[in-house]
Amino acid sequence: MFNIDRRLIRNFDWITFAVIIALSFMGILTIFSATRQPGEDPQAMFYMKQVVWLLISICALIIVVSFDYIWLARTALAFYITGILLLVFVLISGRTGMGAQRWISIGFFSFQPSEFFRLIFVIMLAGYYSSRRESLDTFALIRVFLIIVLLPFVLLFKQPDLGTAVVVLLLFAAISLAHGLHKKLLITLLFIGMVSLPFVSNILWTGLKDYQKNRLIAFIDPQVDPSGIGYHINQSKIAIGSGEFSGKGFLKGTQGPFRFLPEKHTDFIFAVYAEERGFLGSLFLLFLYLVLILRGLDTARKAKDEFGRLLALGIAFMFSIYFFVNIGMTLGIMPVVGIPLPFMSYGGTALLSNFISAGILINVRTRRFSLFY
Amino acid sequence: MQNEQQNTEKIAVSGFLIILGFLIILLRLWQLQILQGSEMRKASETNRLRIIGVPAPRGIIFDRNNLPLVKNAPYFCASVVPQEFNQNNISDLAQLFGIPVADLYDRITQKAASPFIPVRIKEGLTFSEVSYIEARRSDFPGLLIEVETSRDYIYGNVGSHLIGYLGKLNPRQSKDPSFRDVPSEAFIGQWGAEKLYDTTLRGTAGQRIIEVDAVGREIRLLEETPPVKGADIVLSIDIAVQKEAEKAFEGRAGAFVALRPETGEVLGLISSPSFDPNKFAKGISFDDWQALMEDKKLPMLNRAIQSQYPPGSTFKIMTALAALEERAVDTNTKFDCKGGLNYGKWRFGCWQKKGHGVISIHRALVESCDVFFYETGKRVGFDKVAEYAEKFGLGSETGVSLGNEKKGLIPSSLWKLQTKKTQWFLGETFINSIGQGYVSTTPIQLAVMMSAIANSGRVYRPTLLRNEPPTLVRTVNVRPETLEIVREALQGVVNEPGGTGGAARSIMTTVAGKTGTAQVVGIKKDSKYLAERFRDHAWFVSFAPVEHPEIALSVFVEHGGHGGSAAAPIAKKAIEAYLLPLDKKKELLSVQH
Repeated sequence: MFNIDRRLIRNFDWITFAVIIALSFMGILTIFSATRQPGEDPQAMFYMKQVVWLLISICALIIVVSFDYIWLARTALAFYITGILLLVFVLISGRTGMGAQRWISIGFFSFQPSEFFRLIFVIMLAGYYSSRRESLDTFALIRVFLIIVLLPFVLLFKQPDLGTAVVVLLLFAAISLAHGLHKKLLITLLFIGMVSLPFVSNILWTGLKDYQKNRLIAFIDPQVDPSGIGYHINQSKIAIGSGEFSGKGFLKGTQGPFRFLPEKHTDFIFAVYAEERGFLGSLFLLFLYLVLILRGLDTARKAKDEFGRLLALGIAFMFSIYFFVNIGMTLGIMPVVGIPLPFMSYGGTALLSNFISAGILINVRTRRFSLFY
Repeated sequence: MQNEQQNTEKIAVSGFLIILGFLIILLRLWQLQILQGSEMRKASETNRLRIIGVPAPRGIIFDRNNLPLVKNAPYFCASVVPQEFNQNNISDLAQLFGIPVADLYDRITQKAASPFIPVRIKEGLTFSEVSYIEARRSDFPGLLIEVETSRDYIYGNVGSHLIGYLGKLNPRQSKDPSFRDVPSEAFIGQWGAEKLYDTTLRGTAGQRIIEVDAVGREIRLLEETPPVKGADIVLSIDIAVQKEAEKAFEGRAGAFVALRPETGEVLGLISSPSFDPNKFAKGISFDDWQALMEDKKLPMLNRAIQSQYPPGSTFKIMTALAALEERAVDTNTKFDCKGGLNYGKWRFGCWQKKGHGVISIHRALVESCDVFFYETGKRVGFDKVAEYAEKFGLGSETGVSLGNEKKGLIPSSLWKLQTKKTQWFLGETFINSIGQGYVSTTPIQLAVMMSAIANSGRVYRPTLLRNEPPTLVRTVNVRPETLEIVREALQGVVNEPGGTGGAARSIMTTVAGKTGTAQVVGIKKDSKYLAERFRDHAWFVSFAPVEHPEIALSVFVEHGGHGGSAAAPIAKKAIEAYLLPLDKKKELLSVQH
């Protein structure tokens, strides 16, 4: 299973690999810049940790690429159950950080199960759908929702990790659509969705924590509360805008190091990047993400089977959702939902999870020819 | 194959949607970075740059012997940065400073100009308050202690009307363009020399442009213009004279002005009761201010330049001088004092009921005989006396640069015709010739007069700085013999037996002087047993040493009774203090003040 033969290397998806390595490097440089203390040495902790995590992640990617992804379909359920158990565990005994229980401490490092769960969720859905070739009718969809989606959604919402919960719902919708729905169901869903939106949003609203509500209010009008969440959005916009065409230059940004930006090395890393690299640098970054995502879709198109197709699509969707929600938030065109920018934001678990996801993409592409074995 | 086709289509649609999403992000980036770029750049600059004024140390005020009169002292204020402040702490903070919670809440939230600019919550903290707060700072994030420079007035009340005090800009001044450079929280001179020489003392405030982080913490200094210390000034006053004279007043109301005859420099200036300038420099409380303003003894009035009272017998110097100069009398002229003079149905009494007998000008000044000067006034005519009095600086501002000086009044027949529309009566000549009636002067005018007597008729504008070139107002043409006669008589007032100014006699030097008693009510009784507010005002004017005058002065004690007993001892103390060698002066000053 772990033997690496020559064809594997010849067919290896170097483009995807190069893109994610480039993004990770840019991420580390930006973390370095964002966490430097003015007048002091940079906080080695953050970017060095991220370097270590990058090395671990590259190893993980190589391992993931080396076996046939078909194996994932067989073990999906086991992963899924483990994932659910971890989510339950984190709710019961997780470490609280920033008003949410998201972390599990293992010895001297802690990780966020939800970061892995989103990938497990994609694998699970891909595995499930690929085993039933027919389009989904109403009952099938509701069944999938009840069995696979509802429980993790509730668990994530409870943590609360609103970002991942929303991502899970969006992934469910996207992958289900990609798998195929009955036309009737599609129309019904659209109708029901539009009618029930006010009720659902009301229920969601009352279930939200205060800071989450504030984020939504601030998204609608950032001027309402300039020192609260709206303040953060404004500061993020100021950071990005002040980069102008060519940026202030590496280590010349002021918004991040001087703490005007919240979460500067995690959720708002793009703002730090855009301040220092300007419109040109942002354009380059956008190009890399576009390559990554379109390459993922292309992999899906070329996949040798339905499982590979759904897997690649799901992962490409996942990257897209993370990218759009995160960048949209820093640009002030999406509500503030605390999800990181893939490959760039500081965070070991997310980096590892993203590298494994990319590894699966590469795996699917590498083994796209049925005649592989 | 149908399925295959559909799948490819779905992927193509996904790709299309994703590219669309990228285009939206691209547009937004274009909008923020290109269209609004420069605006956002400016916003990021103002975010991180703060311009902080660095107050310049104020120039020190010295006395004429280079003894410092003031010290710069830190003035502590507590401020809160609204952005950093935790609102849950508000009631604890209010309790710490003893401010109503609602008021504090209002100031931190409602009235704050910016969440990053500190809001003053209490000023003028004492050292113990500062250390108390410092110990609790960690409980109150956003609470900080700011320091400004204010003053310590070393000698407190002594000479406060002349030295003045510092205070915050008042609302009128904050609108005045000449104070544009003064930071709104800064102290400026609001009274006396502090106000007069404010621009000299003030110096130039420095500036620090610093980079701050989101909570306003200083990160880096980008640019610094160091403050330029204000220039020191050396006043003409002698603090030993001030202190001794102030002490001699023993809390009685009155004024004291001492001048240097050679130059017109003010050696001492007192208005009693005085106020403590330290109260102002520590941010005077409303209650203290109210108390000062409502004090019946008017401590904020500068009696030395603002009190106008009849000069009493001190004015006889002018009557004598005018008469001698106009040759209306000479040393041989004698009048018989029978304790009074009858004129028509009126009687003009002499203070000495039993009369002085036959008396000439020397003894008349020494014993302050009223009858002699009734006669002398009558001979020379009061208009002539008024002419000399005016030449010697009475009845007009002396021009000392302390604000709001009063003119006093030297009446004349013309003046009477113009204002009272009646002619001048001889009776008015009598009483005005002895310094009663319409005639009124300020203490500083009498000091100028004495200075001119001591200095051969040279009238100087009183000046406040040691190195200021003297301003000669005029030289009164008086024959030296006339001056000699007057000066000898004035020496006799203090030193001859029967002289009214014996209380000013000093073993250190020969003092010359003249007592005066300004009547408060017409009836003349022994004022000792009268209620204080009916008691006469006491005057004493003097110069010393007679041989070579170095100090000329006037003392005024409100309701003090006789000039000889109330005012002359003050003059003696001041003269002796002035003539002491410097080390003895320092000794005098080191005694508790």
